[in-house]
Amino acid sequence: MKHVTPILLAAASLALAQAPGPIALRGARIVTVSGPVLEKGTVLLRNGLIEAVGEHVDLPKDAWVVDAQGVTVYPGLIDALSTVGLPETPAQPAAPRAEAPATARFGGNEPAMPLEQGPEFRPFTTTWVRAADLLNPADKRIEETRSAGFSSVVTFPATGIFAGEGAFLNLSGEKQGRMVVVSPAGQYVTLTTHGFGTYPGSLMGVIAYIRQVSFDADHYKLELQAYASHPAGQKRPNYDRAVEGLLESPRLLLPAEDAKQLDRMIRFAAELKRPAVLYGGHEAYKIADRVAKSGVPLLVSLKWPEKPKDGDPDQEESYRTLELRDRAPSSPAALEKAGAHFAFYSGGTAAKDVRKALKRAVDAGLTEAAAVRALTLSAAEIYGVADRVGSIEPGKIANLLVVKGSLFDEKAKIESIFIDGIKYEPVPESGPPPGERAGRGAPGGVE
Amino acid sequence: MKRFALSLLAMLPASLLAAGQTIIIRNATVLTVTKGTFQGSVLIRDGKIVEAGEKVLVPDGARVIEAAGQYVMPGIIDCHSHIAADSINEGAVAVSSMVGIEDVINPDDPDIYRALAGGVTTANILHGSANPIGGKCQVMKMRWGKDAQGLIFEGAMPGIKFALGENPKRSGNAGGGFGGSPGLRYPATRMGVEDVIREAFNQARAYQKEWRDYQAKLDRHEQAIPPRRDLKLEPLVEVLEGKRYVHAHCYRADEILMLLRVADDYGFKIRTLQHVLEGYKVANEIAAHGAGASTFSDWWAYKAEAFDAIPYNAALLVRKGVLVSVNSDSAELMRHLNTEAAKAMKYGGLNETEALSLVTINPAKQLGIENRVGSIEPGKDADITIFDKHPLSNYAKVEKVFIDGELYFDRRKDLEERPGRELRKKALIDKQKALEKKDRKKPEATDDKKSEEPGGDR
Repeated sequence: MKHVTPILLAAASLALAQAPGPIALRGARIVTVSGPVLEKGTVLLRNGLIEAVGEHVDLPKDAWVVDAQGVTVYPGLIDALSTVGLPETPAQPAAPRAEAPATARFGGNEPAMPLEQGPEFRPFTTTWVRAADLLNPADKRIEETRSAGFSSVVTFPATGIFAGEGAFLNLSGEKQGRMVVVSPAGQYVTLTTHGFGTYPGSLMGVIAYIRQVSFDADHYKLELQAYASHPAGQKRPNYDRAVEGLLESPRLLLPAEDAKQLDRMIRFAAELKRPAVLYGGHEAYKIADRVAKSGVPLLVSLKWPEKPKDGDPDQEESYRTLELRDRAPSSPAALEKAGAHFAFYSGGTAAKDVRKALKRAVDAGLTEAAAVRALTLSAAEIYGVADRVGSIEPGKIANLLVVKGSLFDEKAKIESIFIDGIKYEPVPESGPPPGERAGRGAPGGVE
Repeated sequence: MKRFALSLLAMLPASLLAAGQTIIIRNATVLTVTKGTFQGSVLIRDGKIVEAGEKVLVPDGARVIEAAGQYVMPGIIDCHSHIAADSINEGAVAVSSMVGIEDVINPDDPDIYRALAGGVTTANILHGSANPIGGKCQVMKMRWGKDAQGLIFEGAMPGIKFALGENPKRSGNAGGGFGGSPGLRYPATRMGVEDVIREAFNQARAYQKEWRDYQAKLDRHEQAIPPRRDLKLEPLVEVLEGKRYVHAHCYRADEILMLLRVADDYGFKIRTLQHVLEGYKVANEIAAHGAGASTFSDWWAYKAEAFDAIPYNAALLVRKGVLVSVNSDSAELMRHLNTEAAKAMKYGGLNETEALSLVTINPAKQLGIENRVGSIEPGKDADITIFDKHPLSNYAKVEKVFIDGELYFDRRKDLEERPGRELRKKALIDKQKALEKKDRKKPEATDDKKSEEPGGDR
């Protein structure tokens, strides 16, 4: 049995990364999330999985035992909505014109049906684009995110109305294929408009468009089934990649920042009869009970509203704006109290500021246990992967966060992150100041 | 128990008085609009008017509202408004019937409260006039404080916006599109507007047939899958089947006649002509079709097609037997529709009741909600506005507004609460200023320490 003192840990890390024999973290405070906190426990990792966890674990002879006294072990954190790992500007098709130009109508054999009716007309739609196919393991943000304690992100293409299919990723490995825990993880939907001259050019137009595509998908399924049962003598249905992408997405991610949007999207999800997850949630403190009762999970952005830095200092802000800024961080506490299903996402908060943002939620009444859960198991549950990540349980993927002290003590240092059993250490910040990076390509912004 | 009730009131500014209560408004001048005017009382129970008359017994436990010297009238109804919605125009397509205001109701719009302060209890929220066939309308009650669903006038007939003339054709002219949109979009002329409407109803008929054929197959027990649902054509089929009202924006006499002809050709009715500033020129034709007219009192000449308007329009149309209302189309005008109605007395000589009808029972009929609102009659919703002076006077101010028997606006309470609101706001501003100050100081104080930590601020 090899014993390693914490001092040697750093030197050993490379070796650990290359030789994933059994590793035991012994004597640590273990926040399992799925079960009780172990004040002094041991967690044993082997082959990238958690083999055992408990107060007394029989350690195999070949285990590399790390004396982990004084540290807290959490499940690796999950950023429930992100673009980390994706190229900065994923390819997007150009916006098509809403209708044929006026002259085309007089061309003779033009169909009477305007273009926007046909299944070919799918503006700002790339349902079929998969984050898992576009991954760039060299994305610098992977290391930054990992250094802030995240073992996983759920990454989505973020441009368009139907932006594409996300993937639940482990931030490890040099190869795309190794990073993907599950794909597709959902369809990222925005309610962005693109000006008066383009359909849809208004919020109600976008909503109507999403509704039509959703109905089209239902009808497409019927058509294919009918054709498959009796192809002979039947007209063959057209292949439609837009609805194919929607149909293979296990859930829709819908934006909902304030109370009226939350209410609106909860209703919309019910109307579409598709599983949905809302993102935004800053005014959830107003309607937490309604969110809870709906059963629709909510991803809460940790990018709390701030006073615009370049705003006019003489411009008086509305009571509503002031109140939202004051109370947004109390939304998670209200959601916890109401029994709602919620998780966190960074939402453009620089990775290193995530703990500070989290602390504001805790200061506003969120329990630490609920805060950890919202960054781990709840996110895993929302994406249907709680059977493999999100808590410290035997059989689950060895994603662990090791903190010297408590995650909620801002000064407590993150010592290491295990992802798929591979140990990483946080790296100091480098590159441009974090403020400039914050927000770049961050999804989850809500109009 | 009492304290609990009080704190609940503070949390729900909307319902100053809860529904389900018995309320009697006493000693007022009651303008019922449909049943005459008298000195007396209005009794409200469970959100409905149960009695209105000169002598009404005060039931035990009823909340008494003393209204001596004040005027009680039905809540004002605005047949044409664009408040309380997060979007109004879907402009790039000539037919935007797939969109609807219901999807974008904004219960946080302060214009709802301001409308209440002007005595309005119900409004028809319409799509804009960018296209010949616009989006679906939503009739709402001004239940300030309720969520989107709570604003909807349950059971009101669905509606849809049509638009003729300059607005819908502007997008077809180079550089003339809304919001400076550069692209050309058919139609560019009034002829084109007619063509778009006819073409849309041709499609709607074909779509209607698809569903009828499908239904026939099912009736014959044949295998069939339903047709693709088309959200653009569904509302137009409803129009053909008389299940959805058409509210058509129009100005000129020629385009009004055009639309009536199109409707006759396709076998549907125009429920209301909106604006209809040249309606007085074709009042007989409008009356013959059975269309209502919802117009402005004295607002004109803001564009070429509004040059021939006259302030006598409403009165002339009334005298020709057209059902007429006066609307606002504006969050500001909406706050004094009572005096807008009064102008029809000066211009055209309507009597008091006829003038009040322009903003109460007439728009209620135009929206198909006259069995619920628009007059003070037993059995109707307790949507009631109390003015301090006669509502047809421009000195009149709104004192109280009830919707479904709930008090949604109380002038005295509003004035009393203003200083408190200011204080709460100031407290928030001070709190956030203090936080900003702290944030600015912090990095300097801990700079040295942080620089030692990897991953710390740089």
